[in-house]
Amino acid sequence: MILANDPLLSGDVDLTVVLIVVVKAAITLGVVLLATMLMIWFERKAISGLQNRIGPNRAGPFGILQTLADGLKVILKEDLIPDRSDRIVFRVAPVLTMVPAFITFGLIPLGGDFRNGNGGVIEVFGHKTLMQLANPGTGVLVILAMSSVAVYGVMLAGWSSGSKYPLLGSVRASAQMISYEAALGLSVLTVVLTAGTLTTNGIVSSQEPFGWNLWVTGLVPFMVFCLAATAELNRPPFDLVEAEQELVGSFQTEYSGFRFAIFYLAEFLNAVTMGAIIVTLFLGGPTGPVPIGPGWVWGLVWFVLKLVAVLYVFVWTRASVPRVRYDQLMDLGWKALIPLSLGWLLLLVAIRVGDDAGWNPAIVVALGALAMLMAYGMLSLAFAASRRNRELDALEGVID
Amino acid sequence: MELAVFVAGAIVCLLGAVGVITSENPVHSALSLVGTLIGVAVLFIAQDAEFLAAVQVIVYAGAIVVLFLFVIMLIGVDRSEDVQVEPLSAQRAAAAVLGLVLAVGLVTIVSLGSVTGTPGTADVADVAASNTEAIGRVLFTEHLLAFEITSVLLVIAVVGAVALARYRDAAFVDAEHPGDEIPEPVVEAETAEVSQ
Repeated sequence: MILANDPLLSGDVDLTVVLIVVVKAAITLGVVLLATMLMIWFERKAISGLQNRIGPNRAGPFGILQTLADGLKVILKEDLIPDRSDRIVFRVAPVLTMVPAFITFGLIPLGGDFRNGNGGVIEVFGHKTLMQLANPGTGVLVILAMSSVAVYGVMLAGWSSGSKYPLLGSVRASAQMISYEAALGLSVLTVVLTAGTLTTNGIVSSQEPFGWNLWVTGLVPFMVFCLAATAELNRPPFDLVEAEQELVGSFQTEYSGFRFAIFYLAEFLNAVTMGAIIVTLFLGGPTGPVPIGPGWVWGLVWFVLKLVAVLYVFVWTRASVPRVRYDQLMDLGWKALIPLSLGWLLLLVAIRVGDDAGWNPAIVVALGALAMLMAYGMLSLAFAASRRNRELDALEGVID
Repeated sequence: MELAVFVAGAIVCLLGAVGVITSENPVHSALSLVGTLIGVAVLFIAQDAEFLAAVQVIVYAGAIVVLFLFVIMLIGVDRSEDVQVEPLSAQRAAAAVLGLVLAVGLVTIVSLGSVTGTPGTADVADVAASNTEAIGRVLFTEHLLAFEITSVLLVIAVVGAVALARYRDAAFVDAEHPGDEIPEPVVEAETAEVSQ
């Protein structure tokens, strides 16, 4: 069965086991909501620091309760549904932006002791279990599936609003998210290749103690993944889906009150979840040194520290880089990230095959680099030819 | 347990399928299709085919239906249509007959447990512990040729689509004689605008 990878469910299932699962689900939900709330505060505070202003500082110490105050305010606002909207889809769309992120978060190992091949197993009330809600055999594939389903929320919100700006935004959203899905998947493949497993728990175990995929896969997949993840999240500099100056917030334009709050929440929820995925896949998840005390506590500590670091980089990028143009976005996705991650994957595969066959690794790398250079040359030739064709088209007055 | 999962999955599938053909709005049809696909994924999981379930969601729900919706939105055919109108006469009757044939065929195959007449000999217990691993092993050893041919087919489809979409006469791209084969003369101002 799909849940059998958790030692909790391998034996007899009695009432304690059921209760542990329920408590784990409740804890996961609580953690993800709390993390989202803190993320909203953290982003606002950090970005105001980067922009040399104060930011939220009224509600609670350091303005930490600002999100709660905003939430209460927005619930009391009038909830409008446009006359020309598709009512059912309009109501469902905000929820669809949240569900995939929740499911993904359930697959992330949040803590646990990974030393000595322990595999993150902890003991609760005499039962062994993992500090993650579920550990299906196809873990990473489920994460990819959820990130590919996540586009529906934004897309349907834009379409169902029944007006032009949101519709333009949802067309952009679907094109952008499908384009970056490929680069995302290809860079995850390198991680699966080095870890030799699809389960999130197995991937974290394989990085113990400092064999982080960040350097084991050679930095390039990590960079590709981060860029593609930012684009998947529609965060700046890839927030063309919202693009306030062009599309007036696009898919959010017609939303108000609580439904708008759900979108707002989902944006940050998705950021937290994507940060957690990056930590799990590339930064070793909860693994790390354990100076004193039980290992699983340190697992939690390392996980939170790594997650905060990744999220800070998200915020930092947002404050530093201006939004890209739509054609630059597509060029980056299709002409740079996909060929790069594909080439890198092939290089890693070649190194592994050479390792098995006993070839000289230096020669394998040199040949691989040569092949990648040749592929790069051919690609640039192809791009140059297509650019020349376009220029000729323009000269001839052909409009395509 | 398995029966309960099957019933739930089957209900989702059937509701989605009915929704696809009865919705007047193409977007609603596409969404019902997503429901059916997710229901099928649930059925796959109930059969321990978790790899198929994940791929089903990634490929069909995550890419193909998204592209359907993209095209529907892009060319703006998302208006409700009267499903009573029959553009091709006898289309409905033909669909009913073909559907019936398909249903009979499916039921026959499922009840016989085979396509060729002799039931399959593959033993599920033989394969490796993880069924994802087993699929990978079989796909890249026994069925490698079929796998590669499929990928060639996809490449051909992509190349064909590009060739159809960006077709131009050879003389048309000749830099030496621009303008030789232009069907209609173009106003100078328009040309300048396009070249921006």
